[in-house]
Amino acid sequence: MELRGCTRDYGAVRAVDGLDLSVYESEFLALLGPSGCGKTTTLNLIAGFVPPTAGQILIDGADVTGRPAHLRGLGVVFQSYALFPHLSVWENVAFALRERRLPASEIERRVGEALELVRLDRRGRQRPAELSGGMQQRVALARALVYRPRVLLLDEPLAALDKKLREGMRDELRAIQRTVGITTIFVTHDQAEALGLSDRIAVMSQGRIEQLGAPREIYEHPATRFVADFIGASTVLRGRAVGADRVAVGTGPALHLAGSRALSAGAEVELAIRPERVRLAPGAGDNVLEARVEGLVYQGAQTEVTARLHDGQRVLVFVTEPAPVPLAVGQTVRLHLPADAFMVLA
Amino acid sequence: MIFRLAVVGLVAFMTLPTVVVIAVSFNPTAILSFPPAGFSLRWYENVLTYPQFQRAAVNSLLVTGGAVALALPVGTFAALALERGRLRGRHVWAAVLLSPVVVPGVAAGLGFLILAAALGLLRSRSVLIAAHVALILPFVVRSVWVSVRNLDPALERAAASLGATPWRAFRRVTLPLLRPGLFAGLLFAIVVSLNEFVVSLFISNRVTEILPVAMFNYVVNYTDPTIAALSSLFIAATFVAVWLADRYLDLGRVFLRH
Repeated sequence: MELRGCTRDYGAVRAVDGLDLSVYESEFLALLGPSGCGKTTTLNLIAGFVPPTAGQILIDGADVTGRPAHLRGLGVVFQSYALFPHLSVWENVAFALRERRLPASEIERRVGEALELVRLDRRGRQRPAELSGGMQQRVALARALVYRPRVLLLDEPLAALDKKLREGMRDELRAIQRTVGITTIFVTHDQAEALGLSDRIAVMSQGRIEQLGAPREIYEHPATRFVADFIGASTVLRGRAVGADRVAVGTGPALHLAGSRALSAGAEVELAIRPERVRLAPGAGDNVLEARVEGLVYQGAQTEVTARLHDGQRVLVFVTEPAPVPLAVGQTVRLHLPADAFMVLA
Repeated sequence: MIFRLAVVGLVAFMTLPTVVVIAVSFNPTAILSFPPAGFSLRWYENVLTYPQFQRAAVNSLLVTGGAVALALPVGTFAALALERGRLRGRHVWAAVLLSPVVVPGVAAGLGFLILAAALGLLRSRSVLIAAHVALILPFVVRSVWVSVRNLDPALERAAASLGATPWRAFRRVTLPLLRPGLFAGLLFAIVVSLNEFVVSLFISNRVTEILPVAMFNYVVNYTDPTIAALSSLFIAATFVAVWLADRYLDLGRVFLRH
């Protein structure tokens, strides 16, 4: 599956902007981004629901850009599930097979298998409205998988479920995807879902892909400020490089960086750091900045501390409870910033 | 208690004319007097054997049948176009297609008469059918439109992704889900068309006239309870149609939900 320079305009709004994307065989790829970033439009382009304003869409090397949705043979699971309310669960799943005019015995067998795969083999006679949200979700999955499509497209499939159910369904989705071995493209705005489910994540913003990579790579080495902000919490510090691996932030001592690209002295630099990597400790040492505690949010397992450096920049710190130093607003603390925790933003 | 009295009073007030007509239809004497002087079915017999009523009944069936057969697919298409199509000035189109003709019946009738005369169609039922289509279309469009609006657009996309051509998706998904709206529209169209009088009066003659026009012409010439008997039959038919509609689909749902 491949997109080449795909662009889609809605009136004056460019929803998808010159997108290039290759998806590997059997891969689970997440399109992650805030609402309005173009991820659902990208899915609609792949499915053939909307034509691209410019660009090409290839499946198995064949150009399908002009091919209508019903000839693309992709499986789609919609956010609203879009189950046919007037048909039974069984007939919903059989829909694609009837369109393909398979013999009745074959339809019988394959619908049975698909319903078994999602553990709904006893619900065939019921109408979708009689099932719970989680079950409807599984019917939608069975309906999309029953004709063995080459690619499965999932549009926020877990968004309509409550939290507990969502976690269960997430594991189940991953297990089914592994069993069937189908190439899957998954649209979500939930970073936890994307990090937990996918082989690779494409982080999208304003119709473009900001970064494409494995979940760990995206989280630990965000390429841009947007990615650092969007995936997990992070603090961005502005500073000036004073050596290939040294950055001065505000009035404090220069910070030492490990494992990042060489910086040119004198350049303005943006450093991101995850709040869970910052430690509060009384002692002095390398890479320690002084700050004043401005806000405390106690959350049980941890406390979120907002601290302000002497030059006014703010740092977010997650302190695991029980806290190593007593915490109070207005108090001065020492922030230990590990050299390998810094991410230099482009 | 006061509310109950008020409701009973209102219902009595609204149904009184109907009750009077039905009562008079059983009057054994040849005058339209109330209360009736006895019980007789002679006027019902007269209705069924009067040749001009028989002819008008056939005309009514042809005109209503033809108009409904045309208005249903056209109205469905219009409802889909209003909701899905990218029309310029959609609100104007919607206003026209969704409101019953607001010009006075006399004016509309006159218009159709002049048009029919210009086209040389005055002796034909086709002009009656055309006029009825124009009069019932808003009811069809409105009923179907409500069903269209309740339809999740993702359903057709789902059908397409499963391999259904646009036509197959329409047949297997859209049309079945529009059924309540289509059925309501059909019933309203039938009731409105069967009872239409003013416009039809202008564009029909003795050969093509439909039942309400025939009834009017009868009343102009005679004043016996035959007309009351025919009216009672009409009332019964309309009542059955509305009862059916209410029984097989939730009319409240079809009409109050937007």
